[in-house]
Amino acid sequence: MNGIVNSLGGTNTSVAPGTPRIVSSRFDEPQGHTLEGYRSTGSYRGYEGLRAVLDMGPDEAGEMVKEATLLGRGGAGFPAGVKWGFCPPGVWPRYIVVNGDESEPGTYKDRVLMERDPHQLIEGCLIAAYAIGAAQVFLYVRGEMAHAQERVAAALNEAYEANLVGRNILGTDFSVDIVLTWGAGAYIVGEETALIESLEGHRGMPRLKPPFFPAAKGLYMRPTVVNNVETLSNLPWMANHGVSEYRAIGTENSPGTRLIALSGHVNSPGVFEVPQGTTTFRDLFESPEFGGGIRDGHELKMFIPGGASAPWFFAEHVDLPLEAKVVGPEGSMLGSGAVVVMDETTDAVRACLRIVRFFARESCGKCTPCREGTTWEEQILTRLLEGHGRPGDLELLLDVADNISPGPYPVASDPQNSLEAVPYPPRQTTICPLGPSSVAPITSAIRRFRSEFTDKITRRPSIPVGSETPAPATAATAGEVGHG
Amino acid sequence: MARLNEANEQLARAIIARYPEPRSALIPLCHLAQEQDGWLDEDAMAHVAELIGCTPAQVLGTASFYEMFKLHPVGKYCINVCTNISCQLLGGEELLEHAESRLGVRSGGTTPDGMFTLEDVECVAACTEAPAVQVNYRYFHRVGIEDFDALIDALLAGELDDVVPPHGTLAKVRQDLAADRIANITAPEDQEMPVWIARAEASAGEGAAT
Repeated sequence: MNGIVNSLGGTNTSVAPGTPRIVSSRFDEPQGHTLEGYRSTGSYRGYEGLRAVLDMGPDEAGEMVKEATLLGRGGAGFPAGVKWGFCPPGVWPRYIVVNGDESEPGTYKDRVLMERDPHQLIEGCLIAAYAIGAAQVFLYVRGEMAHAQERVAAALNEAYEANLVGRNILGTDFSVDIVLTWGAGAYIVGEETALIESLEGHRGMPRLKPPFFPAAKGLYMRPTVVNNVETLSNLPWMANHGVSEYRAIGTENSPGTRLIALSGHVNSPGVFEVPQGTTTFRDLFESPEFGGGIRDGHELKMFIPGGASAPWFFAEHVDLPLEAKVVGPEGSMLGSGAVVVMDETTDAVRACLRIVRFFARESCGKCTPCREGTTWEEQILTRLLEGHGRPGDLELLLDVADNISPGPYPVASDPQNSLEAVPYPPRQTTICPLGPSSVAPITSAIRRFRSEFTDKITRRPSIPVGSETPAPATAATAGEVGHG
Repeated sequence: MARLNEANEQLARAIIARYPEPRSALIPLCHLAQEQDGWLDEDAMAHVAELIGCTPAQVLGTASFYEMFKLHPVGKYCINVCTNISCQLLGGEELLEHAESRLGVRSGGTTPDGMFTLEDVECVAACTEAPAVQVNYRYFHRVGIEDFDALIDALLAGELDDVVPPHGTLAKVRQDLAADRIANITAPEDQEMPVWIARAEASAGEGAAT
């Protein structure tokens, strides 16, 4: 019995030796979540970066983030500085919405950031608000994360009290409100336009883009920047240490670090801060400070490199670096920093069904291909797994998938079947990528483990043709009955 | 059950004031009603509708989309067992089966004594600590079969009352944003260019002029 794990303890967090801790430096500080702790511990002094940014002009602050190539950490990996620049000039107000609705299966990083270092996030919000010209920030925390809500609320109360949020921050003319708001349990609300719908008090259904790009027509149809919790949490360190020091970590295309939640069949799962681009999956799985190897005595069968929406990778992909520009062309994505490892004991059909079932349950129901398609996929996979699969089910499954995501679906290269990789992202017949994401496990599993599926079809009960009792029908008709 | 009581109505008005448009307070107010009653009652939804100026049907329309809102009474403790991929790999589905037999209800059901509602839920963001369980949205990490039984026993004995509030209560700490603290929140159409942006543009203009 581990007791309640809602603060410290219970989660393994680590960095590679010699790597600076950009966002995780207070994870192990018992008081890191308080204002006092934020100012006195960690890899920089809390709210000093804000002071430095307030001395710059807002444009200069935006330029800093652009130069740093701060990639969005929510899944799409789009540079935050560029995203900020999409707001049409001269249209006010602008809003910032912080996406803390972390719920992609396998992803566990924003919750740690909000629970253990809420002031870091608040300072990040302030820097962004100053640069963009937003006077109101809405910090949307996932409904199920009661403890994260408590920590963020307490931190906001402290920050308002200390004149770090609110009117005339630190004696300047910069005034901003940060409002904590929260959801009520819906995965799709992690999609930015659905998040905005939810924040407006509606059902969380994504909006069509175009015309509803948040930067132009977002919250209340006003320009809105939606950023992920981890993205904004990078800003205070950057403001303290400068862009060149930030760019010195990782690679040219993907500077800085990112938090990876490594789960599944490894010896020591955990949330790890790793340099982008230079760390490989093998480092993550095997090095003692991270995964510590595949679960004892077992070997890798497949792994998910970026959350349940990402096509699967296999043993031949472990030496790929955590670099979006490499992983994308290889047919998958880094997504939200969720790596799930599965060893050879894993039933590919069962794992596939579980992920598909997630998308079927979480489909918001707006687009027909997703609403109906994911349900069909779940039904077909369920009957396969339960031993009631019918001949032609695999073809049917792939046909349904093709209606949600037409054309070749992104896949990892597959030397065993001499197939080349198809690059990410997929095409879609839906408004948002939820439906197409359900196709990822299906195509991944069927390409590589087709026999596991077909075995489940042929293993169906059929009428035995005994030699002693005379069969009521010929063997041929019995076979037909068996497959009827 | 009931409409929001007087204290909660005050709180509700303070929450509404934090948003540029009142309807944005819909989800927080439904949480408040659920905190009061343990579930979301029709009268409470009607009251929320009055407060934010929409129809009760619109409140129901939004609330019914979100799985945390319980439109019928549930147990004092909602036991959410995660069975998504990371937890499934380490025994989440077996744990759910055990929970069903221990509590004597299927997933979605409530025990006759009204103590427990069991649900199999999607990823709760504790993937590295699988299998994960939430009780009224409080986390329990790496829960084995025996841990689960110990957890139920502890809940029944009231040993966890400090850490697990009755169903409906989410955060025990609220943001304290009194009206006199709010710096900028007004309706969107009343907002202008922020002062610091105007100042920066003015000084840039001067720089260009000189």
